[in-house]
Amino acid sequence: MPQILMPALSPTMEEGKLAKWLVKVGDSVKSGDVLAEIETDKATMEVESVDEGVVKELLVAEGTEGVKVNTPIALILADGESAGAAPVAQTAPEPAEAPLVPAEKAAEAAPSAAAVPAAPKFEAQNDPDLPEGVEMVEMTVRQALNEAMAEELRRDKDVFIMGEEVAEYQGAYKITQGLLQEFGPERVIDTPITEHGFAGLAVGAAFAGLKPVVEFMTWNFGMQAIDQIINSAAKQLYMSGGQVTAPMVFRGPNGAAARVAAQHSQDFSAWYSHVPGLTVIAPYSAADAKGLLKAAIRSPNPVIFLENEILYGSTGLVPKVDDFVLPIGKARIARKGADVTIVSFSMGMRYATQATEKLVAAGVDVELIDLRTLRPLDSDTVIESVKKTGRLVTVEEGWPQGGIGAELSARVMEQAFDYLDAPVLRVTGKDVPMPYAANLEKLALPNVGEVVQAVKTVCYK
Amino acid sequence: MARKATATKAQTQPNVPQFSNEQDLEAFREMLLIRRFEEKAGQMYGMGLIGGFCHLYIGQEAVVTGITMASEKGKDAQITGYRDHGHMLVMGLDPKGVMAELTGRQGGLSKGKGGSMHMFSNEHKFYGGNGIVGAQVSLGAGLAFAAKYRGDGSVSLAYFGDGAANQGQVYETFNMAKLWKLPVVFIIENNKYAMGTSIERAAATTDFSMRGASFDIPGEQVDGMDVRMVYDAAQRAIEHARSGKGPFILEMLTYRYRGHSMSDPAKYRSKDEVTKYRQERDPIEQVRARLLENGVVTEDDIKKIETEIRAIVTEAADFATNDPEPDASELWTDITIEA
Repeated sequence: MPQILMPALSPTMEEGKLAKWLVKVGDSVKSGDVLAEIETDKATMEVESVDEGVVKELLVAEGTEGVKVNTPIALILADGESAGAAPVAQTAPEPAEAPLVPAEKAAEAAPSAAAVPAAPKFEAQNDPDLPEGVEMVEMTVRQALNEAMAEELRRDKDVFIMGEEVAEYQGAYKITQGLLQEFGPERVIDTPITEHGFAGLAVGAAFAGLKPVVEFMTWNFGMQAIDQIINSAAKQLYMSGGQVTAPMVFRGPNGAAARVAAQHSQDFSAWYSHVPGLTVIAPYSAADAKGLLKAAIRSPNPVIFLENEILYGSTGLVPKVDDFVLPIGKARIARKGADVTIVSFSMGMRYATQATEKLVAAGVDVELIDLRTLRPLDSDTVIESVKKTGRLVTVEEGWPQGGIGAELSARVMEQAFDYLDAPVLRVTGKDVPMPYAANLEKLALPNVGEVVQAVKTVCYK
Repeated sequence: MARKATATKAQTQPNVPQFSNEQDLEAFREMLLIRRFEEKAGQMYGMGLIGGFCHLYIGQEAVVTGITMASEKGKDAQITGYRDHGHMLVMGLDPKGVMAELTGRQGGLSKGKGGSMHMFSNEHKFYGGNGIVGAQVSLGAGLAFAAKYRGDGSVSLAYFGDGAANQGQVYETFNMAKLWKLPVVFIIENNKYAMGTSIERAAATTDFSMRGASFDIPGEQVDGMDVRMVYDAAQRAIEHARSGKGPFILEMLTYRYRGHSMSDPAKYRSKDEVTKYRQERDPIEQVRARLLENGVVTEDDIKKIETEIRAIVTEAADFATNDPEPDASELWTDITIEA
């Protein structure tokens, strides 16, 4: 015989008042009929019948306070059931058993903190060996990014590019130059100025199996789309239990440009690196820009690819091989050294590199690490270096609080505390919105002198 | 210019499209499954077996049933917001998997990691189950973009509510969908209340079928309580989209009997209003009455169908109650795919 139980009206409700019965013994009820009104401190709610039959007994009187959730409050005689055949002992209310067992069991079995399984460790691959005598071609970061996209568009018909001014205008920063001419308007698509909309549209296309490359004219505008990036793209695989993914790249210039003030000068490295489900890449050199963008486009995961406007025109040597793809998640040791470790990425590497030159000239043997990927973060390379040098300085353009340097400091403190000979120091952008005035802007950004000074401080020089 | 149906009630429509007996029977079964499933879910929520948010589809069954009957199952993609259980049941997803996801068990469609608002199926081309109001509209246009890009002839059916219809990205999406002639049907399930705020208190204009007018997207208001009207309008809208003419908006005038979610006492509307819909407009009762009136089935046949549906729901509930919770190791899976 179906029992009507005192329902929980919210996940936190434990008891309530049975305010009013709307049926009486002998009434016929069907699914959806309101049986009673229940009052909690928050609201009055109606209890509807799920079963069909005749009300056999009301077990809790109208007006009773403090009725515990899941207490039987009425008995319904189901169609075809005879009163005599009722198997339930008609005694005072007692807590229902059968349906609740699994939930209780679940609560008992709730894992304690100690039972949390260990996170799997990400194993990054090393950079591929280049063929001996490979030709190195000098090109700008801009050309490297352009080549990467062109090669991937040629390789896979599911890859397409969309964004503002990427096609006919040839890219606001000319990163997509020539792509429209080679691949046509079906695959190189100018969008309206509608970041939230086209980011969401691209995520939907990725759900359906395409591999969109979404260009934000700058990452500052990408903030309009951050809900789709995080709530739709990043979490999709997990929420679907591994069924649906978003194989796609969001890319564009990140960080401070020059004299464009607060709304157009912001480093989103730490923001996106916070989010599980995303891969975050921030290259410095032309070779890394090419090899990592190709890897990003091939990745089955949503990738945040953070470029830098000021670096677009800088040149570097890129190996001339058929398919130059670099591993995601692997830092690059730009210079080996023994005295102090400097870790940076993207534009920060420019300050770090120049500082390293000065420091080496002054006799400090610097180990310089370019993270290249910010999630998954290659802390192994950093930890190993710090175990050797005992000193760490981090360099980034972003704000200090909750930044990449803060994260590295924490990891080094957790994993290499005993090896440290000095506190970790962070060189970061100042904790202010970016000012417009040339002198103030310069003050707001990190500079070579600050990196040199930080290294001297941790070396007690 | 957008076309607008002037009449909104079935009885005032000059030409109510007729269903064959088979269609009526199919609609009856599908809608009854949703109704009984949702009632069961509500009961299990009350027992503490389902946690968090749980948004029931009771009252709105004719919308997803009529649309899905007019679509090509397995070919056309569907996507909706958080009131998604009915969509999955009609699309043929396993009721056991849906219910076990509600209870957060390993046999749930998302292994218990998604919950009521996050379920998906590549196989059935169902893309959620989306918890952020309005996000499914641009995602749905993306599904249509992929259909057009591949030329596979499929259509995307993107559902959202009268509340979501006030989100900015909806209009960003309308613009692109029309600009690029994407094969998408936007289905606005207007159940009159965005959580507790009535459309009159939230919308400057309450005729949502006209919301595409600025983009020259045709729209129609449809009696969403009559599955035949829904089916008929959906056929036209889907054909429009499939034939390359671009998006179409269907505003479904519907009603949810329960609160916005389980913990909503729905004090913002009168009891009479709810009772009136239940007694006079109920989508399932309309079909039941028609089946009996036309002599298609007897009361006994109806009872038999109800028993069958109850058995499916009971089986789903039992499975969802007894299936174990996901293994602790699932905490760390499905975050990214290792390349």
